[in-house]
Amino acid sequence: MAESDTPAEPTRRDFLLHAAGAFGVVGVAAAAWPFVDQMNPDASTRALASVEVDISGVQPGQAITVMWRGKPVVIRNRTEKEVEEGKTVKLEDLKDPLARNANTDAAADATDANRAATGKENILVMTKVCTHLGCIPLDESGEFGGWFCPCHGSVYDTAGRIRKGPAPENLPIPPYAFLSDTKIRIG
Amino acid sequence: MSGHSTYVPKTAIGKWFEARLPVVRLLHDTAVSYPTPRNLNALWTFGGILAMMLVVQIVTGIVLAMHYAAESTIAFRSVESIMRDVNWGWLIRYLHANGASMFFIAVYIHIFRGLYYGSYKAPREILWILGVIIYLLMMAAAFMGYVLPWGQMSFWGATVITNFFTALPIVGQPIQTLLIGGFSVDNATLNRFFSLHYLLPFLIAGVVVLHVWALHVVGQNNPLGIDVKSEKDTVPFTPYATSKDVLWIVLFMIFYGWFVFYQPNFLGHPDNYIEANPLSTPAHIVPEWYFLPFYAILRAIDFNIGPIDSKLGGVLAMFGAIAVLAFLPWLDTSKVRSGRFRPIFKVAFWVFGVNALFLGYLGSQATDAIIAGLQAVSWAKLSTFYYFAYFLVILPVLGYIEKPKPLPVSINDAILAKSVPGSAH
Repeated sequence: MAESDTPAEPTRRDFLLHAAGAFGVVGVAAAAWPFVDQMNPDASTRALASVEVDISGVQPGQAITVMWRGKPVVIRNRTEKEVEEGKTVKLEDLKDPLARNANTDAAADATDANRAATGKENILVMTKVCTHLGCIPLDESGEFGGWFCPCHGSVYDTAGRIRKGPAPENLPIPPYAFLSDTKIRIG
Repeated sequence: MSGHSTYVPKTAIGKWFEARLPVVRLLHDTAVSYPTPRNLNALWTFGGILAMMLVVQIVTGIVLAMHYAAESTIAFRSVESIMRDVNWGWLIRYLHANGASMFFIAVYIHIFRGLYYGSYKAPREILWILGVIIYLLMMAAAFMGYVLPWGQMSFWGATVITNFFTALPIVGQPIQTLLIGGFSVDNATLNRFFSLHYLLPFLIAGVVVLHVWALHVVGQNNPLGIDVKSEKDTVPFTPYATSKDVLWIVLFMIFYGWFVFYQPNFLGHPDNYIEANPLSTPAHIVPEWYFLPFYAILRAIDFNIGPIDSKLGGVLAMFGAIAVLAFLPWLDTSKVRSGRFRPIFKVAFWVFGVNALFLGYLGSQATDAIIAGLQAVSWAKLSTFYYFAYFLVILPVLGYIEKPKPLPVSINDAILAKSVPGSAH
């Protein structure tokens, strides 16, 4: 309210009207928030359980799937051929050049080494949820010998990197650590 | 158009009531004396058919809700119990499930009727936009209803559709988490979908009231697309339109009944009789038939467009395919409403209709399926291109370059000219 274009001083009534209006808006927003936020996951859902997995029985060429935060995580013991295929891919051929590995730097390249477990290039741990619209890709299928999503045709290679189809990103790698040679803790 | 009211209360009670709440007058003016163009064809009965379908869905739905349990561990079983144990449960559920398909068949005919006869043009823009809103609400209601049986298609359909929102940058993930109430589709999702599925039909009913109100303000369009000029162009709604509506409602119910009693699962998907399993996505996940054209458009965008990645691009194209309908009144620049008098439009319209069906077919196929030597996804790109070109290029340009055929002077003249050759003028 610039003085120049309001010749009359704002009255006491104007002030009360605007103050009441402003309080009303804040009040309605405050009352609405619980009705919006109730839809969010509650603390019991948000509490992150970590899972420990014994992978001693997973032979080369085999994979197991475990549930973590309601989503499947695949742990694959890759064959030498699969590792070799993962390594020979040039970075410029990748649709998503980032590693998407929660255990490495966020800007890390999507090389096979950055995707596989540190020091265990045959072990690949990743969330098996298609980065397109959340379907579960099928193991050992698709033209790149990795994963194929049946919903909309996204194809991932042997290192879980998106190669073809509508998905925008490589399959994400959750935070995990080796507790021993054969035991992994995810989360 | 609605003109002044002709209702005269005859009884003493009628007069007493009329002075206090003139609701009988409102009904009389709306459904009895309302003047309708005298040349309406059978395509104009689909509004009435849709009203009937809304009532059928609400009635069967309320009954199903008495037996259904919206809890992820027992939802699937409760639906099976409706099918096997509840008295007449099989009939009521099949009526409801097939009713959704019938509702969409009727709405698609209704929409294409409007597209062909230019029912979206001035002064019916608001009427048309209210229709688009009803269509959107119907899609939301149908999607959430399909989730409730908690089968494999329910679960993965819910997963895919709620994941649409993750395509949005920054806000996408929190919105998706808010919608499904967790990190993945689960009990919280099922519960809220049931609540909203129960709510939406009543919202639809509310918008239908506005839709009918808007219709009665501007009057019905007709196959000639010309304005009603005098009383000679119209007949009263009752008995003329009501009897025609009833005839076509009965014919439509025979069609509906054939599905319910002889092919109750033809329009569904067998995978939805497998209980939801978060660890396994069905090999061929497809939405219900009425969403297939939009599903094909979603999958057609498998390439990045500048800063928009393929995922966001697909979602934008899919929602854009519906949103473009709301702008149609201003995209079609021709002053002539009815396609009967527009020779080039007629061709573009029928190609659009066939293209829409073809998109539906493509939506049902795997993306790498080969159709006539070309991958389904490549066909989908061509088809998606035509879908948008029809609205964004063909209709705006045609209004300037097309020479329409001469319009009749009035509806009455056109009818007389047809029935008694040479008698008009």
